[in-house]
Amino acid sequence: MTLLQLDGLLFLGAFAAGLIGALTGLGGGAIIVPLLTLGFGVDIRYAIGASLVSVIATSSGAAAAYVKEGYTNLRVGMLLEVATTIGALSGAFVAAYVAPNVIAIIFGLVLLHAAWEGTRRHLDHIVHGAPDRLAMVLRLDSTYPTPEGPEAYQVRHVPLGFGLMYVAGVLSGLLGIGSGVVKVLAMDRAMRLPFKVSTTTSNFMIGVTAAASAGLYLHRGYIEPGLALPTMLGVLCGALTGARALPGLKTRKLRLIFSVVVAAIAFEMLYNGFSGKI
Amino acid sequence: MAAGHASGHAADEERVEQMVGNLLRAGVLIAAIVAFGGGMAFLARHGSSTPAYHVFRGESTMLNTLGGVLHGVAALNTAALVQFGIVLLIATPVARVLLTLIAFALRRDWMYVVISAIVLGALMFSLLGG
Repeated sequence: MTLLQLDGLLFLGAFAAGLIGALTGLGGGAIIVPLLTLGFGVDIRYAIGASLVSVIATSSGAAAAYVKEGYTNLRVGMLLEVATTIGALSGAFVAAYVAPNVIAIIFGLVLLHAAWEGTRRHLDHIVHGAPDRLAMVLRLDSTYPTPEGPEAYQVRHVPLGFGLMYVAGVLSGLLGIGSGVVKVLAMDRAMRLPFKVSTTTSNFMIGVTAAASAGLYLHRGYIEPGLALPTMLGVLCGALTGARALPGLKTRKLRLIFSVVVAAIAFEMLYNGFSGKI
Repeated sequence: MAAGHASGHAADEERVEQMVGNLLRAGVLIAAIVAFGGGMAFLARHGSSTPAYHVFRGESTMLNTLGGVLHGVAALNTAALVQFGIVLLIATPVARVLLTLIAFALRRDWMYVVISAIVLGALMFSLLGG
């Protein structure tokens, strides 16, 4: 296959991944690496580099809109970015010493977890009562826009959320993904932020987290322009198209279908990892 | 807290949010345009070559360092131009952290200035050192 043909196909594949990622809210980053390795036979290190670059593009593009709408909690994001960036640096350091097939196995497990999360319903469990002391010192409590006007919420369990964010950072640096699923988990379920605040703040943090390992990847030669460019542009265009189509789409059913697909990809990654084909 | 101060603070917060949003949008847009332009020129010259991306080379090339990429851009190397676009993209979240740091400093919110500085330090370490 010539470079022109490969780049054209990569763009289309990445476009589909970005579109589905935006429509389901699960992000396209997680399926970019399987697409490149399983679909195009690309070395997993190049795939991780291209995926990471795409993650920065889509999360920054989407964050631009969300921040202006006032959902994103800038303080929570900034504080937790300490954990995710240091986690991402650790993950990217460790990645150099982990065999590619072991990375494929970890990738498979993370995808299985994402698929399972994708089938769950999300309910806001906003807590009211005596404010959390640490959250008060760090001034994390805030308000978010609702149809009835701004509503206040309180933040809980900051150390637990911080610890989970470190894990999300490690996975991001190791696998070249945004780790949005783990980030949302930390904020939504551990820190009790409203779901919409959790998803937008997670998205806000993904770009910074990914940039932390991208520098190390660049020096190590993981970022191959001939692969990273069509992938990044494809995912970005797909995500923008998806974001425009989002209102008026029944995403619940789509999430379920996508979760099944992600689970299938996860088993394929696990199989390839255990048999040493990656 | 006085009501007037609170609403002033909220307006201030909103202005920072608008600036952060604009910065992110501009960064992604500029990076994508630069990389796309470089990519088209690169494909025009090397589009019919057959790449071997199934093998990881990983040897050090000029595309692996910031200095090398800038040198390549100055020499109008098309691959370096694509990589420059990608570097601009990586720099976009870094610029965002710098902007929030400045915003916190203007508000004399020293705790968050320190927090932003730690994140900025980690990012600079990765991008420049490694």
